[in-house]
Amino acid sequence: MNDMPIAVEARNAVKAFGQGAAAVRALDDVSVQIRQGEFFTLLGPSGCGKTTLLRLIAGFETPTSGQILLGGDDITHLPPNKRPVNTVFQSYALFPHLTVAQNIGFGLEMQNRPRAEIKETVARMLGLVQLEPMANRKTSQLSGGQQQRVALARALAPAPKVLLLDEPLSALDLKLRKEMQIELKRLQMETGITFIFVTHDQEEALTMSDRIAVMSAGHIQQVGAPRDIYTRPANRFVASFIGETNFLTGQSDGRQVVLGNGAALDLPTKQGAVSLAIRPEQVRLAATGTAGAMPARVASTVYFGTDTHVHLALSDSTKIVARQQIPSTGGMDLQNGDEVGVILPTDALQVLED
Amino acid sequence: MPSDAETKAEAARTRSAWLLSTPALIVLLFAASGPLLIVLTYSFLAPGQYGNVVWDFDLSGWIGILYTRDIFDGTLKLADAHLSIFWRSVKLSLMTTAITFAVGFPTAWFIATRAPAQRAFWLFLITIPFWTNLLIRTVAINEVIRNEGLLNTSLIWLGVISEPIRIIYTDTAVLIGMAYVYLPLMVLPLYAAIDRFDMRLLEAGYDLYASRWRVLRRVILPIVKPGIVAGSILVFVPSLGAYVTPRVLGGGKNMMIGNFIELQFGQGRNWPLGAALSMTLLVVVMIALLIYVRAANKEGNPHG
Repeated sequence: MNDMPIAVEARNAVKAFGQGAAAVRALDDVSVQIRQGEFFTLLGPSGCGKTTLLRLIAGFETPTSGQILLGGDDITHLPPNKRPVNTVFQSYALFPHLTVAQNIGFGLEMQNRPRAEIKETVARMLGLVQLEPMANRKTSQLSGGQQQRVALARALAPAPKVLLLDEPLSALDLKLRKEMQIELKRLQMETGITFIFVTHDQEEALTMSDRIAVMSAGHIQQVGAPRDIYTRPANRFVASFIGETNFLTGQSDGRQVVLGNGAALDLPTKQGAVSLAIRPEQVRLAATGTAGAMPARVASTVYFGTDTHVHLALSDSTKIVARQQIPSTGGMDLQNGDEVGVILPTDALQVLED
Repeated sequence: MPSDAETKAEAARTRSAWLLSTPALIVLLFAASGPLLIVLTYSFLAPGQYGNVVWDFDLSGWIGILYTRDIFDGTLKLADAHLSIFWRSVKLSLMTTAITFAVGFPTAWFIATRAPAQRAFWLFLITIPFWTNLLIRTVAINEVIRNEGLLNTSLIWLGVISEPIRIIYTDTAVLIGMAYVYLPLMVLPLYAAIDRFDMRLLEAGYDLYASRWRVLRRVILPIVKPGIVAGSILVFVPSLGAYVTPRVLGGGKNMMIGNFIELQFGQGRNWPLGAALSMTLLVVVMIALLIYVRAANKEGNPHG
């Protein structure tokens, strides 16, 4: 994957809405490279600029400054109908006056492809999204999931270089969403088309993507594979936005970090105040007095079926969450108010840049 | 066998149902069917010497639509003057519909794409002419386009032309007048249709390689079609029967069906011909409507 050529690139892209002092920078100097055949996800809370970046690539917006490149060519000022890029819209935006088959064939027809080719491609697309029996229905007669598939087939039919997906699953219920996640991944593998997927759902991003760009406030905070993003978040925002995280603060002398409760951890960092993060599943619980364990009190436990979240307070009342497997598979049976030892493995601790 | 009580209750129900529908029946009888029946009857009677009708069965009214009787030898000849009036009416009505659509569509689009708070204001401007009497509005147009009117005086003053352009008392004048008078009837249904149009479909169209023109042709127009049909009917039907506008702006000569009918009941003193012409107009409008609505439905639902 790393040796694939670059499909899409944003170079110092800035998009400001409004004029003068009231202007809001939806995108603030964003540069990112997306490789061919990649399932690339733009992840972030609403208003982070992920949809704006997608619309710059689609051509619905023109950047205030900076460039958008497609396969190395500058397409910054190319209108959407001249870009070999198709979009699956959040609202699907299916044409209500056309049938399913006519919707899927629309892009090909606008490209003036021969009739026989359109017919053949539409049939193939209907098969790909398993909607053959619906070919002559109006789109209003379809369920949400079926409309979603039509939107996908319509965007894939002209065989775009890049497929843009703007939160396409957000309108579906949980079960259907899970199905469509697998479906999308399958379609991406089968077609080999570069997918750029926008979502605010971190789980969706982690399960589907080859790489993720985490965005916030018009900036890209971190780009990396799901595992990198989860295990080595670059900063406090990424750590808190992806999964659950415990944050700790301490003072470092360069070799050791001394936490608020006086415990010293062997962790080489820069000197001075440092922020640390650790995932709940990395926090280990032990009997009080175990070597290297710091004392804590159980504040509450929340049962989740596969595991239990134990909310703990350290001696300086810093709050920590530990994820425990249920007792029968090796966890401790804890009650509120119990004293317990907490071990923070130094290899699981992330030093954050703020 | 239903019992006596049941039969009585049934009869009472029927009676009250008839009683309750009486107002509607009276309106239908006296306001709609009654006058129509009178006109229909008159069309089969003989004309009286000084207007009115003579109660003798006579088809001369219907024959008079297309033929005139030669005053010397009494033979029937095709009435060219009548045909040219029919043709002018249809032609001017179709052109009025086309002009109001060409002007009304961008106008309706403009209003529908304003911020919601501003739309009411623009719609208000569109409806203002409705508050003014049709005759006054038409005379105002006369004031603009006549030889010494606003348009010609301005153009001469600007040096664009040296002689006034003669517009008044031509078909063009009638066309301008009708397009102006009926424009709101086109804009309002178009606005209603465009207002319901999902603007996100435009982006979907552009995204799928359609140029602006093809987005208009293949996405916008088919979806707002009900509004186009409604607007066209609302403009075409009254245009075909227009009376005031051709009278004021067309002068005496450029008659349309409406003026021709009026002539028969006035100076022409041929009430049966006027009645037959009225019925013809009614039937033509109904046939035109049927064809139009059928065609619109068929095109809109290719698989329905």
